[in-house]
Amino acid sequence: MITERDLDAATVSNWMREIESVIRAERDHLVQLDAAIGDGDHGTNMLRGFEAVVQALGADSGSPPGRLLVLAGRTLVSSVGGASGPLWGSALRSGGRVLGDQATFEGQELVEVLAAALASVKDLGAASPGDKTMVDALEPAVDTLRERVAAGAPLADALDEACAAAEAGGRATIPMQARKGRASYLGERSIGHQDPGATSTGLILRALQRAVATGS
Amino acid sequence: MAVETKVRKFLNDPALVVKESLAGLAAAHPDLLRYDAQQQIVVRKGAPKPGKVALVSGGGSGHEPLHGGFVGLGMLDAACPGEVFTSPVPDQMLAATKAVDGGAGVIHIVKNYTGDVLNFKMAAEEAADAGIKVEAVVIDDDVAVQDSLYTAGRRGVGATVLAEKIAGAAAERGDALAQVTGFVKRVNERSRSFGVALSSCIPPASGKAIFDLPEGQIELGIGIHGEPGRRRTTLGSASEVVDVMVEAVLSDLKLSRGAKVLVFLNGMGGTPLLELYLLYGEADRKLRAAGVEPVRNLVGSYITSLEMAGASLTVLELDDEMTGLWDAPVHTPALRWRA
Repeated sequence: MITERDLDAATVSNWMREIESVIRAERDHLVQLDAAIGDGDHGTNMLRGFEAVVQALGADSGSPPGRLLVLAGRTLVSSVGGASGPLWGSALRSGGRVLGDQATFEGQELVEVLAAALASVKDLGAASPGDKTMVDALEPAVDTLRERVAAGAPLADALDEACAAAEAGGRATIPMQARKGRASYLGERSIGHQDPGATSTGLILRALQRAVATGS
Repeated sequence: MAVETKVRKFLNDPALVVKESLAGLAAAHPDLLRYDAQQQIVVRKGAPKPGKVALVSGGGSGHEPLHGGFVGLGMLDAACPGEVFTSPVPDQMLAATKAVDGGAGVIHIVKNYTGDVLNFKMAAEEAADAGIKVEAVVIDDDVAVQDSLYTAGRRGVGATVLAEKIAGAAAERGDALAQVTGFVKRVNERSRSFGVALSSCIPPASGKAIFDLPEGQIELGIGIHGEPGRRRTTLGSASEVVDVMVEAVLSDLKLSRGAKVLVFLNGMGGTPLLELYLLYGEADRKLRAAGVEPVRNLVGSYITSLEMAGASLTVLELDDEMTGLWDAPVHTPALRWRA
């Protein structure tokens, strides 16, 4: 049996770099999705935030992974604005606090990090599944990851399934009518468009899967 | 290397449009305000004023002159401009709050958008930790958003300008925190707004219109972020359009006969004053016919959505105290009288 490698500060740094890279690649797509039901700046705002995160983490030396997540969250709050800044900022800060000062963590603890992130997003945004928000991607992903890790699946595989759940969750927002955020002002006209926040959530989780799978 | 400019806008670098515009505001009005480029905040000259309640507002840019244009005597003490159509961050709000706190407390005037509310909430918590007394009031006067159970709630639009003027005058004459906060709430409770658009607008970063509106069509129930409205229909006469706006506002505000009101006919940025006065004339006439008396008015582009063609109507039910505060001296880049 292969013993899984522990996750550590490098995993977090790689995750943030993967996010910056995928958001950069998908920026125009996110902007298009947001223009349909919002104001067309989701990709730009998220990219500004994760560029700042990569820079902040690059200047850090030797912090444990939990502290890095808290730093990433604080950087997002200070650089993104809009709703995404506080929501993702709080998510990463809450997730990071779960890890405290420990130097490494494993799959089960990653589940707890993401569960804390989800809880903070739901609390701050007062959103429930079906409201056409990032919760529609994040919640099924956390549920899937928890189940697969509990069943003993290798972490990279479990994350792969969690990403698929997040991406399916993102697509499932298309027929929904938005009940939270700026898209909610459109009423029925928000139906037929994929939620940009749920979409970027899928990208952020896919970046995590890559950071974990390619870690050496 | 020259920046490629594809869009019909005056830009050096789309990423710097907000900062460069704020630097220009400060260059034009050094007698009224200063711009702190580090924190990206606009602060009234001479702030903090010891013992005076301070008013701070902020939100995404693209709504000029809101909010930076309302910093000065009798209105705001500081403004926190975010990126275009994006809420500012808590760091800006906290820096602004600290810069203007004169010991009597600070009021955050927050338009009801998810981002603004979340970021201001974080800033207020940090200000409280720093020992500053902060009251936050959320403005939500837009009747186009009908069902708050299934939305993020009504948006803050035209009433924001009126609240900043009226509460700003109360703070200027020396009212205490609770009284000034009360005026912000009273203006919000007694105001309703409804907006329409004849075009979308083009954020500098994307360079593309947020939505397409064919000629001959009108969006009803728009906000101030270029987002499409609740409904699209065929553009009728100005009189017919104002019928829709007055009906939407009055049916929600429920005024008693003979009520005295302030009528704010606001341009969205791309509609000339020629048309705004025409719309005001229609609104004034229709309101009188409905048994309400416009005793004060404001006509012009004060809370805009970049270059969007369109207009919004805000009606505020006045009482003697609010009327007196409206008439009080004000001197800011965008509003000035009796000072």
